[in-house]
Amino acid sequence: MPDTEVVAQRHEFRSPDSDRKDFVVAVKEGAAAAGLGRRSLIKRSLGAALGLSALSPLILLRDLGPLPGKELEKTTWKTGTHLVTDPGNRRIKASDLEVGAVAQVLPEVEDPEHRQLSDIAKDAVLLIRLRPQEFNLEADRLAMTHDGIIAFSKICSHMGCAVALYEQQTKHLLCPCHQSTFDVTRAAKVIFGPSARPLPQLDITIDNEGYLVARNPFSEPVGPSFWERNSQ
Amino acid sequence: MTAEARLGSVANYVDERTGAAAWMKKNLQKVFPDHWSFLLGEVALYSFIILLLSGTFLTFWFDPSQREVIYDGSYEPLEGLKMSAAYASTLHISFEVRGGLLMRQIHHWAALIFMSAIVAHMMRVFFTGAFRKPREGNWIIGIGLLTLGIVEGFLGYSLPDDLLSGTGIRIAEAIIQALPVVGSYLAYFAFGGAFPGEAFIPRIYTVHVLLLPGAFLALITVHLMLVWYQKHTQFPGPGRTEKNVVGYPLMPVYMAKAGGFFFIVFGVTAFLAAVASINPIWLFGPYTPGQITAGSQPDWYMGWLDGLVRMAPPIETHAFGHTISWNILIPGLIIPGILFTGMALYPFIESWITGDKREHHLLDRPRNAPNRTALGAMSLTFVMVTLLNGGNDIIATHFDLSINQIMWGTRFGVLILPPLAFVITKRLCLSLQRADRELVLHGRETGTLLRLPHGEFVEVHEPISPEKAYLLTSHEQAPPLELPAVDGRGVKRAGALRNKLRSRMSVANAEAIPKVSATELKEIEHH
Repeated sequence: MPDTEVVAQRHEFRSPDSDRKDFVVAVKEGAAAAGLGRRSLIKRSLGAALGLSALSPLILLRDLGPLPGKELEKTTWKTGTHLVTDPGNRRIKASDLEVGAVAQVLPEVEDPEHRQLSDIAKDAVLLIRLRPQEFNLEADRLAMTHDGIIAFSKICSHMGCAVALYEQQTKHLLCPCHQSTFDVTRAAKVIFGPSARPLPQLDITIDNEGYLVARNPFSEPVGPSFWERNSQ
Repeated sequence: MTAEARLGSVANYVDERTGAAAWMKKNLQKVFPDHWSFLLGEVALYSFIILLLSGTFLTFWFDPSQREVIYDGSYEPLEGLKMSAAYASTLHISFEVRGGLLMRQIHHWAALIFMSAIVAHMMRVFFTGAFRKPREGNWIIGIGLLTLGIVEGFLGYSLPDDLLSGTGIRIAEAIIQALPVVGSYLAYFAFGGAFPGEAFIPRIYTVHVLLLPGAFLALITVHLMLVWYQKHTQFPGPGRTEKNVVGYPLMPVYMAKAGGFFFIVFGVTAFLAAVASINPIWLFGPYTPGQITAGSQPDWYMGWLDGLVRMAPPIETHAFGHTISWNILIPGLIIPGILFTGMALYPFIESWITGDKREHHLLDRPRNAPNRTALGAMSLTFVMVTLLNGGNDIIATHFDLSINQIMWGTRFGVLILPPLAFVITKRLCLSLQRADRELVLHGRETGTLLRLPHGEFVEVHEPISPEKAYLLTSHEQAPPLELPAVDGRGVKRAGALRNKLRSRMSVANAEAIPKVSATELKEIEHH
């Protein structure tokens, strides 16, 4: 390989003035020959057509998906829906859960084999059992618990990850995505991290046979915020 | 026919149909300046080629579908589990297709190298001022490539639909959903309904393998054509001016260098892929919205964004029946938007501050542009602090630290450290300029001590070579812009506030240690 440097010259990029002038003349002549300057109807309709075609994605992309409607605010939970284990889809009794235990539950559905992921993305609930005296809740929130069992939406109120890390000692729930930390004893109040809202609490009780059921649906939308959400 | 004659007849055939000889004759001798840092962009280019080839291989077996299947492949721990066809086919590539896992790992490693090389290349261009006129357009194309690279990488590692990547998609969905007014509509359009649905992976597959690679090819082509046409920048030195380009010819030196370098890049990528496991999706399991893996981490080029989102204060606005998530919008869209727009516009901002509209082909030594270098260090510090917070959980578990302390540390750090980096870097640059000046005036310390007759010890200094002295004194030191608040007739000029800002920035930008002047140099020669 040769090991001697070579020198080449650079040239200014700017065209010589004469070329620039010729260019302007050529453009003007071309435009004049096409008569564009005088044909305002052509120009305007061309502009209008281009403008309209820019709007076409509004129609063409409309079928990408359905309108959200009120769907983001609804879950499968209804009054009297049984809580079932996930996995397993078995109904559970309060006695199945020891103090300090955590369980993920889903609403009972007729065909659990074909449960949609999009339903789980809103329905997943975390059950935690504490000693009733460990709660530090308002009366209405305490009434939503059953025998020390409290139920929260497992979908993070920040960005929708599963809030899956429960620390037994501190009774904190931690979201592994962005470390939002919720205090279970105080109705999942946010005590750390970026989430701005507590996890929605599910009102639970037991049916005649002693199985855990939802007494009411969620009173607020679960998961991350969105424009239409009324958070007041 | 001899080999030469055969070659000649091929050349004749081509030339008679294209007239290529005239063009080739000139361009085979095209001169490229030589510096190791000019190879960083090449690493990105070669990784891109590796990505195209390995990616094509993966498409032969990957099934971009969220249709539910029951796994019955050879990886026993997942036997009988419900999962998407996308995840099942990625497992199939990893465990049953010959060379499949190696190719997957080559593809993923090449993506990481691609992004690293782009960032390193961009740092070289920024710190040496190579983005100045006439290369502002190519700088913007570069920012476009960087942005597309981040998106392309994210879509790529989202395709396997494992528990980790599904969580990433969930976060992307939350960002879309957080957009005021249109958020939930856009999210429903992107996902074909409620998250996760069955439409998203097929859609991003098309974007990942067709739309964005096409955009990459187009932008890279223009990027390289401009480098070719505008000729490469060069570092200053004796014999190097704004009017010439000094280096080695394309043939044979750069053909050999570039060709060989491709195989080095490919070799390193293949070696990494062969020995270092990356994204072992079979450990994460299939995606389901009710589960998650602890220590969820994006790839590094997304990590700083994730770190920003993690450190965001918990602020939402609840008013008139609507919710605005500042805790998502600020770190997820507004800050990155400001950063990338600022980066793209920087060449124009700098030329506005300096008032310099000339062409520049000689690179700056970073110390000779203290303000720019400090700004670069500031931006890098910002990204490093946020990246650190993006791994706060991993750092906490590995070093037995409190995650809360790391978060609070980076929350303050992200505000305090970047300005500090600016000040320190600027001081360092000025100190280096001072050292350069010393070197020219007093020469190099030889380490030889001399005892003078009266007992004093002195160190012998040796004058530096004329080449080195030239290098240390050849740079420009432009004075700040003169922007008087009143014009010649004592009338206040329009845009006083803008001029004041410009003038202040110009003064800060022009701060420098005066370089050794020609007269000073003459004096030294007399000594």
